[in-house]
Amino acid sequence: MKKENGLKRASDYGIKAPLALLAELSHRCPLQCPYCSNPVQLEKKTGELTTEEWKSVVDQAVEMGMHQIHLSGGEPTVRHDLEEIVEHCSKKGLYTNLITSGVLLNPDRLEKLEKFGLEHVQISFQDTESENADRIGGYKGGHAKKLEVAKWVRDVDIPLTCNCVVHRQNIDNLENFIKMALDLDAERVEIAQVQYYGWALKNRAAFIPTPKQLDHATEIVEKARIDLKGKLVIDYVIPDYYAKHPKNCMGGWGRRFLNMNPKGFVLPCHAAETIPHLKFDNVREHSLKWIWENSEAFNLYRGTDWMPEPCKSCDRKEIDWGGCRCQAMALTGDAKNTDPACSISPLHNEIFSMAEEESKTAPPEFIYRRYGVRFNSPI
Amino acid sequence: MTNILKIKNETVPKFPKHVRFKYNEPRKEWVILAPERLVKPDEIAVEILKLVDGRKSVKEISNELSGKFNAPEDVILKDVTNMLQELADKGFILE
Repeated sequence: MKKENGLKRASDYGIKAPLALLAELSHRCPLQCPYCSNPVQLEKKTGELTTEEWKSVVDQAVEMGMHQIHLSGGEPTVRHDLEEIVEHCSKKGLYTNLITSGVLLNPDRLEKLEKFGLEHVQISFQDTESENADRIGGYKGGHAKKLEVAKWVRDVDIPLTCNCVVHRQNIDNLENFIKMALDLDAERVEIAQVQYYGWALKNRAAFIPTPKQLDHATEIVEKARIDLKGKLVIDYVIPDYYAKHPKNCMGGWGRRFLNMNPKGFVLPCHAAETIPHLKFDNVREHSLKWIWENSEAFNLYRGTDWMPEPCKSCDRKEIDWGGCRCQAMALTGDAKNTDPACSISPLHNEIFSMAEEESKTAPPEFIYRRYGVRFNSPI
Repeated sequence: MTNILKIKNETVPKFPKHVRFKYNEPRKEWVILAPERLVKPDEIAVEILKLVDGRKSVKEISNELSGKFNAPEDVILKDVTNMLQELADKGFILE
């Protein structure tokens, strides 16, 4: 069945309910990481969804059959109702994961969160050395605090993941990141190379590793995975500029996940607001189920009908789903184009060489993630 | 942090704290959930995992299934051991 705007809907593609919800409870954050995944236009506190509105979203997510919720931000712990939201998620049977910088947590809050059923905590780390970590995060004393908080997390027996964002200004500490995760008794470590959207794209020249650094990092991860099998789960994300195929971003646009921003707008991914012509629907106006099925922002890039060449005739089109729409938008000016991370993209070589060139020059100063930063260049 | 578990007849398997095995009513399916992981066990695995409670041994689980499905216990024991070992290797099962 076609809608008036000619777009097919989720069910026309055989797409079932999403698997997980990424809930950005707030964009407020004490840290200023220059690779923050939040949009460059950050949402202010005014207008954030209320506790009751989040609870209603949780109820709807459960009714739709979602499995997991990731409570994220900004910094989700800036919300004083976090405990209440966690309790509600857990009561309703969602697998509840907190993605945090950690710096605002204390033993008392963690004890409550554990009691209310929080299943897992992910703490971000900017480096393994305080000085550089605090410089990258733009928050003095942050690293030491994170180490302390990670211990408290394990003290109350909540399973822990260390989220380590790596790039050329800390990648040489990769082995120390893995060691740190073991020392902190984490059961999982995420080694994620910076992905270049939003803030990170503006800081790309400061972060992009050299191909040699990347190869070395991959070797370390592969070895550690063998050595630590059964002791530590290591998830590894390479910068997709250096991959042969683009990542199948979000498992395909509007196929598996949805993202909610602090004001209740529902997005196919956390970076979707970088695509200027997309109109997002809000849970204050429609149900989550209606939005998943009908929202134009989701339906525009579902399936494969929208694809131009070379995606259209590619035999991987239902594997990669054309890569990342936001990256296509940022680097080619049209979200429909093949993600330039793909080696078949006509722009791949140009962009790859530009990034490689950047990786070999002295890193520029960071543009820190702050409210109200103005930019001159479109990228 | 634990070493890899070797599943034996007397092993008493359980799920680690961060792993949930649960039924999703709207989807009508059993799933294993862990941080950013989602596994859909097949029907046989579901029958085995329903008996994983931190009290029954592998041998006892096999015995119960052998009765329930009227199948030779040695065959079931092998299936149960293999399946649990596979999950233990991924960190989804502890002793």
